[in-house]
Amino acid sequence: MKNLIEKLTEDFKISDVVYQRPDLAFVTVPKGVAISLVTELRDYEGFSHFVMMSCVDWIEEGKFQLLYLLHNPKTKTDVGVKTFIDRENAEMASAHHLWKQVWTYQRELKEAFGIDFPGSPRVDENFVVEGWTEMPHMRRDFNTKEYSRDTYFPRPGRETNDPAEYMRKKLYPNEPITAKKQDNDK
Amino acid sequence: MSEKDMNDKVNEMLQRSEANVKKTEKSFVRPEDEEREVVAPDGSIIKVNPIYDYFSGEKPKEEKPCSGVIEKFLNWARAESIWVLGFGTGCGSIEIPPLVTPRFDMFRYGVQMRPTPRQSNAFIISGYLSVKTLKRVIRTYEQMPSPKYILALGSCTINGGMYYDSYSTINRLDKYIPVDVYIAGCMPRPEALLAGFMKLKELIKEGKGEKANEYARNFDEYKANQKKIIKDWNMPDYNW
Repeated sequence: MKNLIEKLTEDFKISDVVYQRPDLAFVTVPKGVAISLVTELRDYEGFSHFVMMSCVDWIEEGKFQLLYLLHNPKTKTDVGVKTFIDRENAEMASAHHLWKQVWTYQRELKEAFGIDFPGSPRVDENFVVEGWTEMPHMRRDFNTKEYSRDTYFPRPGRETNDPAEYMRKKLYPNEPITAKKQDNDK
Repeated sequence: MSEKDMNDKVNEMLQRSEANVKKTEKSFVRPEDEEREVVAPDGSIIKVNPIYDYFSGEKPKEEKPCSGVIEKFLNWARAESIWVLGFGTGCGSIEIPPLVTPRFDMFRYGVQMRPTPRQSNAFIISGYLSVKTLKRVIRTYEQMPSPKYILALGSCTINGGMYYDSYSTINRLDKYIPVDVYIAGCMPRPEALLAGFMKLKELIKEGKGEKANEYARNFDEYKANQKKIIKDWNMPDYNW
Protein backbone atom coordinates (compact mmCIF):
# COMPACT_ATOMS: atom_id res chain seq x y z
CA MET A 1 0.00 0.00 0.00
CA LYS A 2 2.74 2.41 1.05
CA ASN A 3 4.81 1.59 -2.03
CA LEU A 4 1.85 2.13 -4.29
CA ILE A 5 1.06 5.55 -2.89
CA GLU A 6 4.70 6.65 -2.90
CA LYS A 7 4.92 5.58 -6.53
CA LEU A 8 1.90 7.69 -7.45
CA THR A 9 2.68 10.72 -5.26
CA GLU A 10 4.74 12.67 -7.76
CA ASP A 11 2.63 12.10 -10.84
CA PHE A 12 -0.67 12.91 -9.20
CA LYS A 13 0.42 15.62 -6.73
CA ILE A 14 -0.81 13.61 -3.75
CA SER A 15 -0.65 15.98 -0.78
CA ASP A 16 -2.20 14.47 2.31
CA VAL A 17 -1.95 10.72 3.00
CA VAL A 18 -3.69 9.00 5.90
CA TYR A 19 -2.96 5.32 6.56
CA GLN A 20 -6.07 4.45 8.52
CA ARG A 21 -5.48 0.67 8.60
CA PRO A 22 -2.98 -1.63 6.91
CA ASP A 23 -5.57 -2.20 4.19
CA LEU A 24 -7.10 1.28 4.01
CA ALA A 25 -5.53 4.61 3.01
CA PHE A 26 -6.87 8.02 2.04
CA VAL A 27 -5.12 10.40 -0.32
CA THR A 28 -5.96 14.01 -1.19
CA VAL A 29 -5.31 15.29 -4.70
CA PRO A 30 -6.15 18.48 -6.62
CA LYS A 31 -9.49 18.64 -8.41
CA GLY A 32 -7.98 18.37 -11.90
CA VAL A 33 -6.19 15.05 -11.42
CA ALA A 34 -8.72 13.21 -9.23
CA ILE A 35 -10.43 11.42 -12.11
CA SER A 36 -7.06 10.59 -13.70
CA LEU A 37 -5.89 9.04 -10.43
CA VAL A 38 -9.11 7.02 -10.12
CA THR A 39 -8.66 5.83 -13.71
CA GLU A 40 -5.01 4.91 -13.06
CA LEU A 41 -5.96 2.95 -9.94
CA ARG A 42 -8.71 1.13 -11.79
CA ASP A 43 -6.82 0.27 -14.96
CA TYR A 44 -3.26 -0.38 -13.78
CA GLU A 45 -3.35 -1.03 -10.02
CA GLY A 46 -6.30 -3.42 -9.84
CA PHE A 47 -8.74 -1.24 -7.88
CA SER A 48 -11.56 -2.44 -10.08
CA HIS A 49 -14.42 -2.25 -7.57
CA PHE A 50 -16.11 1.09 -6.96
CA VAL A 51 -17.34 1.05 -3.38
CA MET A 52 -18.98 4.44 -3.05
CA MET A 53 -18.74 8.14 -3.59
CA SER A 54 -19.71 10.76 -1.05
CA CYS A 55 -19.42 14.41 -0.19
CA VAL A 56 -18.61 16.45 2.93
CA ASP A 57 -19.67 20.08 3.24
CA TRP A 58 -16.79 22.20 4.64
CA ILE A 59 -18.87 25.34 4.88
CA GLU A 60 -16.26 27.31 6.89
CA GLU A 61 -13.67 26.87 4.15
CA GLY A 62 -16.20 27.33 1.36
CA LYS A 63 -15.39 23.88 -0.04
CA PHE A 64 -17.00 20.55 -0.79
CA GLN A 65 -14.87 17.47 -0.25
CA LEU A 66 -15.57 14.58 -2.61
CA LEU A 67 -14.48 11.06 -1.79
CA TYR A 68 -14.10 8.17 -4.24
CA LEU A 69 -13.62 4.88 -2.38
CA LEU A 70 -12.08 2.06 -4.42
CA HIS A 71 -11.45 -1.59 -3.57
CA ASN A 72 -8.87 -4.01 -4.89
CA PRO A 73 -10.40 -7.50 -4.77
CA LYS A 74 -7.04 -9.29 -5.26
CA THR A 75 -5.06 -7.66 -2.46
CA LYS A 76 -8.18 -6.87 -0.37
CA THR A 77 -7.15 -3.24 0.07
CA ASP A 78 -9.08 0.03 -0.19
CA VAL A 79 -8.01 3.47 -1.30
CA GLY A 80 -10.05 6.62 -0.80
CA VAL A 81 -9.33 9.47 -3.20
CA LYS A 82 -10.35 12.83 -1.73
CA THR A 83 -10.53 16.13 -3.52
CA PHE A 84 -11.78 19.62 -2.68
CA ILE A 85 -14.01 21.64 -4.99
CA ASP A 86 -15.41 25.13 -4.64
CA ARG A 87 -18.75 25.50 -2.91
CA GLU A 88 -19.89 28.31 -5.20
CA ASN A 89 -21.11 26.92 -8.54
CA ALA A 90 -19.88 23.49 -7.50
CA GLU A 91 -18.88 21.43 -10.50
CA MET A 92 -16.80 18.29 -10.89
CA ALA A 93 -15.66 16.20 -13.84
CA SER A 94 -17.94 13.21 -14.20
CA ALA A 95 -16.67 9.65 -13.71
CA HIS A 96 -19.68 7.98 -15.29
CA HIS A 97 -17.54 6.43 -18.02
CA LEU A 98 -15.59 4.36 -15.50
CA TRP A 99 -18.41 2.55 -13.70
CA LYS A 100 -22.12 2.74 -14.48
CA GLN A 101 -23.08 2.86 -10.81
CA VAL A 102 -21.34 6.24 -10.59
CA TRP A 103 -24.38 7.66 -12.43
CA THR A 104 -26.55 7.09 -9.41
CA TYR A 105 -24.07 8.53 -6.93
CA GLN A 106 -23.64 11.65 -9.05
CA ARG A 107 -27.39 12.01 -9.39
CA GLU A 108 -27.70 11.82 -5.62
CA LEU A 109 -24.96 14.42 -5.08
CA LYS A 110 -26.57 16.73 -7.63
CA GLU A 111 -29.83 16.61 -5.71
CA ALA A 112 -28.47 16.65 -2.17
CA PHE A 113 -25.59 19.14 -2.53
CA GLY A 114 -26.18 20.77 -5.91
CA ILE A 115 -22.86 19.62 -7.35
CA ASP A 116 -23.06 19.49 -11.13
CA PHE A 117 -21.47 16.67 -13.11
CA PRO A 118 -21.76 17.76 -16.74
CA GLY A 119 -22.36 14.87 -19.11
CA SER A 120 -23.40 12.38 -16.46
CA PRO A 121 -26.48 10.49 -17.66
CA ARG A 122 -29.81 11.29 -15.97
CA VAL A 123 -28.04 13.58 -13.51
CA ASP A 124 -30.93 16.08 -13.47
CA GLU A 125 -33.66 13.58 -12.63
CA ASN A 126 -35.24 13.32 -9.19
CA PHE A 127 -33.39 11.04 -6.84
CA VAL A 128 -35.13 10.98 -3.45
CA VAL A 129 -37.28 14.08 -3.07
CA GLU A 130 -39.74 15.06 -5.78
CA GLY A 131 -40.24 18.57 -7.07
CA TRP A 132 -37.73 20.15 -4.70
CA THR A 133 -37.45 23.89 -5.29
CA GLU A 134 -35.39 25.03 -2.28
CA MET A 135 -31.64 25.01 -1.72
CA PRO A 136 -30.19 21.45 -1.95
CA HIS A 137 -31.24 19.86 1.33
CA MET A 138 -27.94 18.35 2.51
CA ARG A 139 -26.01 21.62 2.40
CA ARG A 140 -25.17 22.73 5.91
CA ASP A 141 -26.62 26.21 5.45
CA PHE A 142 -30.05 24.73 4.69
CA ASN A 143 -32.00 25.05 7.93
CA THR A 144 -34.18 21.96 7.97
CA LYS A 145 -35.85 22.84 11.30
CA GLU A 146 -36.89 26.28 10.05
CA TYR A 147 -38.07 24.86 6.74
CA SER A 148 -40.14 22.22 8.51
CA ARG A 149 -41.66 24.83 10.84
CA ASP A 150 -42.65 27.10 7.95
CA THR A 151 -43.95 24.34 5.70
CA TYR A 152 -45.52 21.50 7.66
CA PHE A 153 -47.94 23.05 10.19
CA PRO A 154 -46.25 22.23 13.52
CA ARG A 155 -48.78 21.22 16.16
CA PRO A 156 -49.07 23.88 18.86
CA GLY A 157 -48.24 22.69 22.36
CA ARG A 158 -45.67 20.15 21.31
CA GLU A 159 -42.83 19.89 23.86
CA THR A 160 -39.36 18.57 23.22
CA ASN A 161 -37.07 17.29 25.98
CA ASP A 162 -33.41 16.38 25.92
CA PRO A 163 -33.62 12.57 26.23
CA ALA A 164 -30.62 12.11 28.55
CA GLU A 165 -31.67 14.82 30.99
CA TYR A 166 -35.32 13.80 30.93
CA MET A 167 -34.54 10.16 31.69
CA ARG A 168 -32.21 11.12 34.52
CA LYS A 169 -34.89 13.26 36.10
CA LYS A 170 -37.52 10.57 35.70
CA LEU A 171 -35.49 7.52 36.70
CA TYR A 172 -32.94 8.89 39.21
CA PRO A 173 -34.40 12.12 40.64
CA ASN A 174 -32.37 11.96 43.89
CA GLU A 175 -29.02 10.98 42.46
CA PRO A 176 -26.41 13.77 42.61
CA ILE A 177 -24.83 14.80 39.35
CA THR A 178 -21.26 13.49 39.21
CA ALA A 179 -18.33 15.30 37.62
CA LYS A 180 -18.32 12.81 34.73
CA LYS A 181 -21.96 13.51 33.97
CA GLN A 182 -21.33 17.24 34.04
CA ASP A 183 -18.56 16.78 31.49
CA ASN A 184 -20.90 14.81 29.29
CA ASP A 185 -23.51 17.52 29.51
CA LYS A 186 -21.06 20.10 28.21
CA MET B 1 -27.27 -9.42 -22.19
CA SER B 2 -24.89 -8.86 -25.11
CA GLU B 3 -22.70 -5.80 -25.38
CA LYS B 4 -24.77 -4.39 -28.23
CA ASP B 5 -27.98 -4.66 -26.22
CA MET B 6 -26.27 -2.98 -23.31
CA ASN B 7 -25.06 -0.12 -25.50
CA ASP B 8 -28.53 0.31 -26.97
CA LYS B 9 -29.99 0.48 -23.50
CA VAL B 10 -27.40 3.05 -22.42
CA ASN B 11 -28.10 5.18 -25.47
CA GLU B 12 -31.82 5.00 -24.80
CA MET B 13 -31.30 6.12 -21.20
CA LEU B 14 -29.05 8.96 -22.35
CA GLN B 15 -31.75 10.18 -24.70
CA ARG B 16 -34.31 9.94 -21.94
CA SER B 17 -32.06 12.03 -19.73
CA GLU B 18 -31.76 14.74 -22.37
CA ALA B 19 -35.51 14.73 -22.93
CA ASN B 20 -36.07 15.01 -19.20
CA VAL B 21 -33.83 18.04 -18.85
CA LYS B 22 -35.95 19.83 -21.42
CA LYS B 23 -39.17 18.68 -19.68
CA THR B 24 -38.35 19.85 -16.16
CA GLU B 25 -37.98 23.42 -17.34
CA LYS B 26 -41.60 23.48 -18.48
CA SER B 27 -43.71 21.29 -16.23
CA PHE B 28 -43.68 18.24 -14.00
CA VAL B 29 -46.13 16.28 -16.14
CA ARG B 30 -44.71 12.92 -17.20
CA PRO B 31 -44.31 12.26 -20.94
CA GLU B 32 -47.03 9.58 -20.96
CA ASP B 33 -49.50 11.99 -19.33
CA GLU B 34 -49.02 14.87 -21.73
CA GLU B 35 -51.78 16.19 -23.94
CA ARG B 36 -51.21 14.82 -27.45
CA GLU B 37 -52.77 13.48 -30.64
CA VAL B 38 -52.97 9.75 -31.28
CA VAL B 39 -54.04 7.76 -34.34
CA ALA B 40 -57.00 5.45 -33.75
CA PRO B 41 -57.18 1.97 -35.42
CA ASP B 42 -59.53 3.35 -38.10
CA GLY B 43 -57.03 6.09 -39.03
CA SER B 44 -58.78 9.05 -37.43
CA ILE B 45 -56.81 11.38 -35.20
CA ILE B 46 -57.96 11.77 -31.60
CA LYS B 47 -56.81 14.30 -29.03
CA VAL B 48 -56.07 12.74 -25.64
CA ASN B 49 -55.29 14.32 -22.30
CA PRO B 50 -54.72 11.37 -19.94
CA ILE B 51 -54.83 13.36 -16.71
CA TYR B 52 -58.30 14.77 -17.40
CA ASP B 53 -59.80 12.15 -19.74
CA TYR B 54 -59.72 9.19 -17.39
CA PHE B 55 -60.72 10.91 -14.16
CA SER B 56 -63.78 12.71 -12.90
CA GLY B 57 -64.02 16.46 -13.37
CA GLU B 58 -66.34 16.90 -10.42
CA LYS B 59 -65.65 17.66 -6.80
CA PRO B 60 -66.62 15.06 -4.21
CA LYS B 61 -70.13 15.44 -2.80
CA GLU B 62 -71.44 15.05 0.70
CA GLU B 63 -73.66 12.05 1.24
CA LYS B 64 -76.61 12.56 3.54
CA PRO B 65 -77.24 9.82 6.08
CA CYS B 66 -80.36 7.68 5.76
CA SER B 67 -83.14 8.18 8.27
CA GLY B 68 -83.21 6.79 11.82
CA VAL B 69 -83.13 3.03 12.14
CA ILE B 70 -81.83 2.35 8.66
CA GLU B 71 -78.74 4.47 9.23
CA LYS B 72 -78.22 2.73 12.58
CA PHE B 73 -78.40 -0.65 10.89
CA LEU B 74 -76.01 0.49 8.14
CA ASN B 75 -73.56 1.83 10.70
CA TRP B 76 -73.66 -1.47 12.59
CA ALA B 77 -72.94 -3.30 9.34
CA ARG B 78 -70.11 -0.92 8.43
CA ALA B 79 -68.53 -1.25 11.86
CA GLU B 80 -68.49 -5.04 11.65
CA SER B 81 -66.71 -5.25 8.30
CA ILE B 82 -63.68 -3.01 8.18
CA TRP B 83 -61.60 -3.76 5.13
CA VAL B 84 -58.13 -2.32 5.43
CA LEU B 85 -55.98 -1.36 2.49
CA GLY B 86 -52.66 -3.19 2.51
CA PHE B 87 -50.43 -0.19 1.95
CA GLY B 88 -47.67 0.43 4.49
CA THR B 89 -46.63 4.06 4.27
CA GLY B 90 -43.91 4.10 6.92
CA CYS B 91 -42.08 2.18 9.62
CA GLY B 92 -45.30 1.28 11.47
CA SER B 93 -46.45 -1.12 8.80
CA ILE B 94 -44.22 -3.72 10.44
CA GLU B 95 -46.90 -3.94 13.17
CA ILE B 96 -49.49 -5.15 10.69
CA PRO B 97 -48.12 -8.68 9.93
CA PRO B 98 -48.40 -9.79 13.60
CA LEU B 99 -51.89 -8.34 13.63
CA VAL B 100 -52.98 -10.53 10.74
CA THR B 101 -51.29 -13.70 12.00
CA PRO B 102 -52.78 -15.93 14.75
CA ARG B 103 -51.25 -14.26 17.79
CA PHE B 104 -53.31 -11.08 17.52
CA ASP B 105 -55.62 -12.18 14.71
CA MET B 106 -57.68 -9.17 13.66
CA PHE B 107 -60.04 -11.30 11.54
CA ARG B 108 -62.01 -12.17 14.69
CA TYR B 109 -63.10 -8.52 14.86
CA GLY B 110 -64.23 -8.41 11.27
CA VAL B 111 -61.11 -6.55 10.13
CA GLN B 112 -59.32 -7.81 7.07
CA MET B 113 -56.77 -6.68 4.51
CA ARG B 114 -57.55 -5.91 0.86
CA PRO B 115 -55.10 -5.45 -1.98
CA THR B 116 -56.78 -2.51 -3.72
CA PRO B 117 -58.26 0.82 -2.63
CA ARG B 118 -61.43 0.09 -4.60
CA GLN B 119 -62.30 -2.71 -2.17
CA SER B 120 -61.27 -1.15 1.13
CA ASN B 121 -62.77 1.40 3.47
CA ALA B 122 -60.04 1.84 6.07
CA PHE B 123 -56.54 3.14 5.54
CA ILE B 124 -53.77 2.85 8.11
CA ILE B 125 -51.23 5.63 7.76
CA SER B 126 -48.41 3.84 9.50
CA GLY B 127 -45.73 6.09 10.91
CA TYR B 128 -43.88 8.97 9.33
CA LEU B 129 -45.20 10.21 6.02
CA SER B 130 -42.84 11.79 3.54
CA VAL B 131 -44.12 14.26 0.97
CA LYS B 132 -43.38 11.72 -1.75
CA THR B 133 -45.57 9.13 -0.02
CA LEU B 134 -48.27 11.69 0.80
CA LYS B 135 -48.80 12.17 -2.92
CA ARG B 136 -49.50 8.44 -3.32
CA VAL B 137 -51.62 8.43 -0.17
CA ILE B 138 -53.87 11.19 -1.53
CA ARG B 139 -54.36 9.38 -4.83
CA THR B 140 -55.15 6.18 -2.98
CA TYR B 141 -57.45 7.78 -0.42
CA GLU B 142 -59.49 9.51 -3.08
CA GLN B 143 -59.97 6.26 -4.96
CA MET B 144 -61.47 4.50 -1.95
CA PRO B 145 -65.27 4.27 -1.91
CA SER B 146 -67.08 6.28 0.72
CA PRO B 147 -67.60 5.89 3.70
CA LYS B 148 -63.90 5.59 4.42
CA TYR B 149 -61.87 5.82 7.59
CA ILE B 150 -58.29 6.80 8.37
CA LEU B 151 -56.30 5.41 11.27
CA ALA B 152 -53.18 7.43 11.99
CA LEU B 153 -50.61 5.16 13.58
CA GLY B 154 -47.69 6.47 15.61
CA SER B 155 -46.70 9.87 16.93
CA CYS B 156 -45.22 10.99 13.59
CA THR B 157 -48.70 11.40 12.14
CA ILE B 158 -49.88 13.39 15.16
CA ASN B 159 -47.15 16.01 15.57
CA GLY B 160 -44.17 14.86 13.54
CA GLY B 161 -42.73 12.60 16.26
CA MET B 162 -38.98 12.25 16.13
CA TYR B 163 -38.96 13.51 12.54
CA TYR B 164 -40.67 16.81 13.38
CA ASP B 165 -37.71 18.84 12.03
CA SER B 166 -37.15 16.85 8.86
CA TYR B 167 -37.41 18.61 5.53
CA SER B 168 -39.20 15.73 3.85
CA THR B 169 -41.77 14.44 6.36
CA ILE B 170 -45.05 16.09 7.29
CA ASN B 171 -45.95 17.05 10.85
CA ARG B 172 -49.75 16.90 11.02
CA LEU B 173 -51.63 14.42 8.94
CA ASP B 174 -55.04 15.98 9.65
CA LYS B 175 -54.07 19.04 7.60
CA TYR B 176 -53.98 16.93 4.43
CA ILE B 177 -56.59 14.22 4.95
CA PRO B 178 -59.21 13.85 7.70
CA VAL B 179 -58.27 11.40 10.46
CA ASP B 180 -60.75 9.29 12.41
CA VAL B 181 -58.59 7.64 15.04
CA TYR B 182 -55.12 8.48 16.29
CA ILE B 183 -53.04 5.69 17.81
CA ALA B 184 -50.20 7.25 19.79
CA GLY B 185 -46.84 5.64 20.40
CA CYS B 186 -43.52 5.05 18.76
CA MET B 187 -44.20 2.35 17.72
CA PRO B 188 -47.64 1.35 19.03
CA ARG B 189 -47.88 -2.39 19.70
CA PRO B 190 -50.42 -4.48 17.76
CA GLU B 191 -52.67 -4.38 20.85
CA ALA B 192 -52.82 -0.60 20.51
CA LEU B 193 -53.77 -0.97 16.88
CA LEU B 194 -56.54 -3.40 17.87
CA ALA B 195 -57.73 -0.88 20.46
CA GLY B 196 -57.76 1.69 17.67
CA PHE B 197 -60.00 -0.55 15.59
CA MET B 198 -62.34 -0.99 18.58
CA LYS B 199 -62.47 2.79 18.96
CA LEU B 200 -63.18 3.17 15.26
CA LYS B 201 -66.05 0.68 15.56
CA GLU B 202 -67.52 2.67 18.44
CA LEU B 203 -67.30 5.88 16.43
CA ILE B 204 -68.96 4.31 13.40
CA LYS B 205 -71.77 2.85 15.51
CA GLU B 206 -72.37 6.27 17.05
CA GLY B 207 -72.61 7.73 13.57
CA LYS B 208 -69.41 9.73 13.89
CA GLY B 209 -67.50 8.03 11.10
CA GLU B 210 -68.34 10.82 8.68
CA LYS B 211 -64.85 12.00 7.77
CA ALA B 212 -65.34 11.31 4.07
CA ASN B 213 -68.10 13.92 4.15
CA GLU B 214 -65.83 16.28 6.04
CA TYR B 215 -63.25 15.86 3.28
CA ALA B 216 -65.89 16.74 0.68
CA ARG B 217 -67.08 19.73 2.72
CA ASN B 218 -63.60 21.21 3.23
CA PHE B 219 -62.24 19.95 -0.07
CA ASP B 220 -60.72 23.25 -1.21
CA GLU B 221 -58.89 23.76 2.08
CA TYR B 222 -57.43 20.25 2.04
CA LYS B 223 -56.41 20.62 -1.62
CA ALA B 224 -54.70 23.93 -0.93
CA ASN B 225 -52.70 22.40 1.93
CA GLN B 226 -51.75 19.43 -0.24
CA LYS B 227 -50.64 21.61 -3.11
CA LYS B 228 -48.62 23.80 -0.79
CA ILE B 229 -46.14 21.00 -0.16
CA ILE B 230 -46.49 18.82 -3.27
CA LYS B 231 -44.67 21.11 -5.67
CA ASP B 232 -44.63 18.73 -8.64
CA TRP B 233 -48.37 18.27 -8.91
CA ASN B 234 -48.62 16.05 -12.00
CA MET B 235 -51.83 14.21 -11.22
CA PRO B 236 -55.52 15.05 -11.60
CA ASP B 237 -57.20 17.13 -8.90
CA TYR B 238 -59.98 14.60 -8.48
CA ASN B 239 -58.65 11.05 -8.43
CA TRP B 240 -61.80 9.03 -8.92
